[in-house]
Amino acid sequence: MKTTTKFMIGIAVLVALSPLGLLLPARFKAGSAWGEWGADEMQKLVGYVPKGLEKLSSLWSAPMPDYAFKGWEEKGLSHLSLAYIVSAILGIIVIAIVILLIGKILSRGNE
Amino acid sequence: MHIPDGYLGPATCGVFYAVMLPIWTVASKIVKRTLKVRQVPMLAIGAAFSFVIMMFNVPIPGGTTGHAVGGVLVAILLGPWAACIAITVALVIQALLFGDGGITAIGANCFNMAFILPFVGYYVYRLISVGSQIGSKRRVIAAGIGAYLGINVAALCAGIEFGLQPLLHHTANGQSLYCPYGLNVAIPAMLGEHMLVFGWIEVIVTALVVKYLQKQSPELLEGGR
Repeated sequence: MKTTTKFMIGIAVLVALSPLGLLLPARFKAGSAWGEWGADEMQKLVGYVPKGLEKLSSLWSAPMPDYAFKGWEEKGLSHLSLAYIVSAILGIIVIAIVILLIGKILSRGNE
Repeated sequence: MHIPDGYLGPATCGVFYAVMLPIWTVASKIVKRTLKVRQVPMLAIGAAFSFVIMMFNVPIPGGTTGHAVGGVLVAILLGPWAACIAITVALVIQALLFGDGGITAIGANCFNMAFILPFVGYYVYRLISVGSQIGSKRRVIAAGIGAYLGINVAALCAGIEFGLQPLLHHTANGQSLYCPYGLNVAIPAMLGEHMLVFGWIEVIVTALVVKYLQKQSPELLEGGR
C-alpha cells in the first residue's frame, strides 16, 4: 500500500474518533481552554467583561462555530458528535483544496 | 492555544501579522524551490493531520482543556518551512469556518503554532538525532523531546502575548481592555498545563508515528531537510 494511502486511512480513523475531543472534556467536566472563554465566563472569572474584548469578540461570525451547526448549542452530545465529525470532514476537504491550489502554484515546474 | 478575537489588543495583533508576513514569504520561496509535484499530497495530509489532531481536546478534570498540534511531526516529515505553510492553512480554516482562534489573532496564533512550534521542534530533533541511524532509538527520543519543547515554547509565547495585554491596554480605573490576566498568571497557566498534560500528547503522537515510520516508510524520515 502506498504511504499516502496509509496516512489517509490514519486521518480517516482520527476523524471517526474525533468526537472523543468533545466527549472526554464533557465527561470530566472540563471547561474552555485557558484564554478562550466567552463573555459570560469572563464575567464570572474576573467580575467584568473587558471593553475591547466585548467589542472584538463578535467581530467574526463563523459559519460553524465551535465545530457545530448554528443553533445546535442546546442539542445533546450525540448530535454534537455528529456535527463534530461533519466539521472534521468539511475542514479537511477545504484544507485539501487550499493546499492543492497553493501546492500547484509553488511546485510549478518542479517535477 | 487558539487565541480568540478580543484577547489581544490591536498593537499586538498588528505586530504579529507584520512578523508573520516575511515568514510566510520566505516559507513560500523555500517551499517553491524544494516542493516536488508528487509531494503536494503529503503537504495536504500534513495540514489535514494537524487540523484533526487539534480537535482532540484533552480535559484536565474539573479544569481546562487543551490539545496537541501535530506540528513537530509535520516538520520532521516535510521540513519546518513546509510545516509552517501546512499549519497556517489549518489555523486559517479553523478561524474562518469554525471560529477557533480569532481573525485578528491569526498572526499571533500562526507565530506560536505554525512558526515557533515546528521550528523549535524540528531543530531540537535534528540536533539530538544528528549522526544517528534512521531506525535508531535516538531518533524516536529526539522526536519526542522536539515535540515537547516545540509545543511548550509555543505555549510560553502565547502566555507572554496574553500576559502583556493588561500592561498595554487598561482603562483609567484599572480594568483591562483585552486579556485581563497579566504575565504572572498567563505564563504559569499556559506553560504549566502544556508542560504537565498537553505537551505529552504531542510527545506521544510524534514519537509513535516516527517509530512506526522507521519500520514502514524509513525513506520519509530521510527527507524534510
